[in-house]
Amino acid sequence: MTPALSLEGITKRFGSLVANDAISLTLDQGEVLALLGENGAGKSTLVSILFGHYRADEGSVQVFGEPLPPGQPKAALAAGIGMVHQHFTLADNLSVLDNVLLGTEPLWQPFSKRREARAALVETAQRFGLQVDPDARVAELSVGERQRVEILKALVSVGRRKGARILILDEPTAVLTPAEAESLFATLQQLVAQGLSVIFISHKLDEVLRVSHRIAVLRGGKLVATLPAAEADKAMLAELMVGRRVEMPRREPSAAVQQAEACRLRGATVRGANERAVLDGVSLSLHAGEIVAIAGVAGNGQQALAELLFGLRALDGGELRLQGKPMPARAGAWVQAGVARIPEDRHAVGVVGDLPMWENAVLERFATPVFSTLGVMKRGAARAHAQSLVDRYDVRGTQSTGVDTPTRALSGGNMQKLILGRALMTDDAAAPLLIVADQPTWGLDIGAVAYVHQQLLDACAKGSAVLLISEDLDEIFALADRIAVMHHGRLSEAKPAAQWTLTDIGLAMTGETAHAP
Amino acid sequence: MHLERRAQTSRALQLAAPLIAIAFTLAVSSLLVLWAGAPVGQAYALLVEGGFGSRFAWGETLTRATPLILTGLAAAVAFRARLFNIGAEGQLYVGALAAVAVGGLHGGNGFELSPWVLFPLMMLAAALAGALLLLGPALMKSRLGVDEVVTTLLLNFIVLLFVSMMLDGPMKDPTAMGWPQSVALQDALQLGKLIERSRVHTGLLGALVLAVLLWALLKFTTTGFQIRAVGANARASAFAGMPVGWVTVKVALLSGALAGLAGAIEVAGRTGYLTLDMSPGYGYSGIVIAMLAALNPLGVVAAAVFVAGILVGADSMSRAVNVPTYIADVIVSVSLLSMLVATLFAQYRIVFNRRVAHAG
Amino acid sequence: MLAETLDLLLSVPFWVAVLRIATPLILGTLGVLLCERAGVLNLGIEGIMVAGAFAGWLAVYHGAGLWWGVLAAAAVGAAFGLLHGVLTVTLSLSQHVSGLGITLFATSIASYAYRVSFPKVDSPPTIQPFAEMTWLPIPVLNAQTPLSLLALLLVPLIGYGLYRTPIGLAVRMVGENPAAAEGQGLSVARVRIGAIVAGSALMGVAGSFLTLAAFNAFYFNMVNGRGWVCVALVVFASWRPGKALLGAVLFALFDALQLRLQQSGGGLFGIAVPYQVYLMLPYLLSIVALVVMARRAAYPQALMKPYRKGER
Repeated sequence: MTPALSLEGITKRFGSLVANDAISLTLDQGEVLALLGENGAGKSTLVSILFGHYRADEGSVQVFGEPLPPGQPKAALAAGIGMVHQHFTLADNLSVLDNVLLGTEPLWQPFSKRREARAALVETAQRFGLQVDPDARVAELSVGERQRVEILKALVSVGRRKGARILILDEPTAVLTPAEAESLFATLQQLVAQGLSVIFISHKLDEVLRVSHRIAVLRGGKLVATLPAAEADKAMLAELMVGRRVEMPRREPSAAVQQAEACRLRGATVRGANERAVLDGVSLSLHAGEIVAIAGVAGNGQQALAELLFGLRALDGGELRLQGKPMPARAGAWVQAGVARIPEDRHAVGVVGDLPMWENAVLERFATPVFSTLGVMKRGAARAHAQSLVDRYDVRGTQSTGVDTPTRALSGGNMQKLILGRALMTDDAAAPLLIVADQPTWGLDIGAVAYVHQQLLDACAKGSAVLLISEDLDEIFALADRIAVMHHGRLSEAKPAAQWTLTDIGLAMTGETAHAP
Repeated sequence: MHLERRAQTSRALQLAAPLIAIAFTLAVSSLLVLWAGAPVGQAYALLVEGGFGSRFAWGETLTRATPLILTGLAAAVAFRARLFNIGAEGQLYVGALAAVAVGGLHGGNGFELSPWVLFPLMMLAAALAGALLLLGPALMKSRLGVDEVVTTLLLNFIVLLFVSMMLDGPMKDPTAMGWPQSVALQDALQLGKLIERSRVHTGLLGALVLAVLLWALLKFTTTGFQIRAVGANARASAFAGMPVGWVTVKVALLSGALAGLAGAIEVAGRTGYLTLDMSPGYGYSGIVIAMLAALNPLGVVAAAVFVAGILVGADSMSRAVNVPTYIADVIVSVSLLSMLVATLFAQYRIVFNRRVAHAG
Repeated sequence: MLAETLDLLLSVPFWVAVLRIATPLILGTLGVLLCERAGVLNLGIEGIMVAGAFAGWLAVYHGAGLWWGVLAAAAVGAAFGLLHGVLTVTLSLSQHVSGLGITLFATSIASYAYRVSFPKVDSPPTIQPFAEMTWLPIPVLNAQTPLSLLALLLVPLIGYGLYRTPIGLAVRMVGENPAAAEGQGLSVARVRIGAIVAGSALMGVAGSFLTLAAFNAFYFNMVNGRGWVCVALVVFASWRPGKALLGAVLFALFDALQLRLQQSGGGLFGIAVPYQVYLMLPYLLSIVALVVMARRAAYPQALMKPYRKGER
């Protein structure tokens, strides 16, 4: 049987970086092929080439035996390749139907055939078991619903566009609850049963083993292995992905006595734009030398909690104390009080990309006497500080320009190390009072993830209290002493990690369990 | 075809960019000169001579450059903080108005104050007036999210009408035979000549000093750091604890004050009194100058002298040959656009779609 | 005083004036609306209106029919729009800088061309402008030129186009989420540039109204800020054609009102008000309108964000 997809010798370079190096791969009809690899291994580049966002420098692609014209999403769509992007490509202000309809009719047609499109959408939705309301505004849909719209967009046959025969899913479970992920896996089964072929991109080893028939592992732009899922296990895959044995740091459960309380929230309430409680009566206690993790799907109040502890937001009710003292909603006060803050979005919020590294290194503390007097910056002191930060935290990518490198030139991992160093490195060698880490390893490769985890564990051993907000349950179970689950602005009790099972957490994330308040 | 970022910014192209821009601009304006039926070589010679070719020419150019440096600085500091101040024209006029109003307190129209006291007060009033005028749109932007481009633009028209109203009414000079202009400032309050037998006045020194001060502020001070950070990424700056709203206000006050001072210095140095046509668009030219200088305060001085020279040279050229003065604005706008395009190509290059070999 | 004002508001000549003043605003605002819906701010409108006014007038002066003049204005507008499109979409330069540069360029080159073609004379040369549509049975409209009718018809036409055709959906999508459009096989660059060219053509026509209908000669400073008002009106209109019409008419209403008040001696409740205050009112009201609408603005989400295809 002709393979659904056949790639031969695909090579793509960006300047001096070889993102894809002579990759040859096939996707059989009716199979789920997982594409596994760290961030930067070349997975996204490869599928972007398939989909026509990029042109390969060398190599060719055949779809069901026919050569695929490169560099044109139109051609890919016509050949039956559909892609569900990691970052949803939906227009919030438009309806589901509008989003699905786009691009399916000749541009110069004087009127849109909306009724036909609507009928096709409903029919396809039913066939694959994906429920949607065609007239809903996308902005009002939940994340899981939006993903369903993305999938339908690819599958539906509307106008002169035939539905996809090959579906590419790029990190689809990154934003889903365990329950929603289950539902997605069921959908995948339906798809395959109806004859679709699927490429499933992920870095989550559990899922990959569950869902796929075959696994292709990319590393550093090269295809290093293709093997049936039945013959693989997590350790083998991790080693293939990284090229060496990776020891992920783990928290040693200790019988330590609870130490001094660093931070306390009692009945904390924060109201959002329309007076709804974004954070509803949250109570939490953080002690020195412990790691408390907050699990939960994004959008349940974690942002408000993080902003409270970053000093960016004020309470609307309840109390918040740092070492027993109430704190103002001023970031500067929190920094001075010894709180190390690691924001979720390192590019947009963590650093000012256009400024050189040394200015970002002192971004939080430039107004202190160490780095300025009477309004004039002490450039020498600041640069020295930046240099020692770069040395201690192994920030790479500064080659010739050193600490003058514009920060946006750094890779994600190195940028995060810069942010870590900025947060953790104080004038004295003491560990910070409290570390607030919001999704600190998002988008990082395994090596960088291990580094960040080790830093957090080291700081904890030196006496810091650590609050870890994360959507990665693996990470949470690897690091946390206690775990609490966030749902609709409410926080469950923070129980010791040993007392939680994956099922419990999954249920708590959807709010259905006796554990939720 | 599309743009692709170069692996390494090309230094060669970066340095060559202004030259490429100038060459392109010359080519375009040559066509215009030919269209007017004037000999190209002669026209350019006259232009350069008129702007830079004699002591007199330099005098005129530097006089013209003085307010342009200030409005250029006003635009540069505002645009650095992503506050798009298009209202420098209005701020200039309101500054001139305030200066004349305060200055008019000397010499009979109120109580007598020594010029040594009154002059600084005049300048302060002008700076304050310009600053407050921009404060409104700046607050509207940070509190309400109203785009400051449109509000500052509309305010220009409102201010001009207001000045016209003042000149028709309370501030009218009764001895000016019906012409709407203000009472002249007393000699003691006017700026002295910097270069004899020219119109260059000490205001130029003031403008140069302010340019250096602004450069130093941006590079060495904590305020300058905040301005640059907030302009580049307001969210990250807020996260780091910078008071973004307050920084925006500071920038607005600074920018408006600079433009207001431009007006005061024009009145005190060049004209002596306020009229409606005192500024042939200095406020808008300041924006172009700031962009030509890539928002660098020291670059603003060079760009202002360049633009002033072109404007003065074009005037002189148009008197000798039949080339309308509007060519000056064409030269300035084409320089700006071609400069932007040329510097872009230092960082990016065009990639045309290549045929990919099909194997197997 | 109140009775006088009511009389005024109900009189036909008043509304004739209102519609006449509103026409270039309607056309200009629709032009900006098309550009911004596609995600691009076009500050070149002030210059494009000047260039369109000149181009249209020049064509008619040299013997072309009036509608050819309008076409010439549209073509000139489209050309500047193409320049803006290439600068901001293909080269991803700052939309603010490109727009302001084009305004300066278009204004100065039109002024230059005029001056070269017509050396200084006491009274500028004139043409025969559009005649009023006296054959129409509808009041207020039958005292207008065909360009006003065109403007009014364009409102529902553009509305239909934006919301009910594939190309309108494409335009809206590139203004909301260009990645989505690209993912569905559309070329974001082509759609954006197309919208900018179309919008700028309308801006050119708006300018031509001034020289071919409202007046019959080309004056420097003719546009006098109308372009900027259109930019404000688009925000007021929440990027919808129907509301754009409403905004333009409201603005024109106040403009016409202050003209009448000026003519009738400038008295307001017995106090002599300088004429400049009346002239200020429309601009002040535009600012107020912007502030009021700011809270509820439903911005096209990709407005002013350049889209670079395939950049890492």
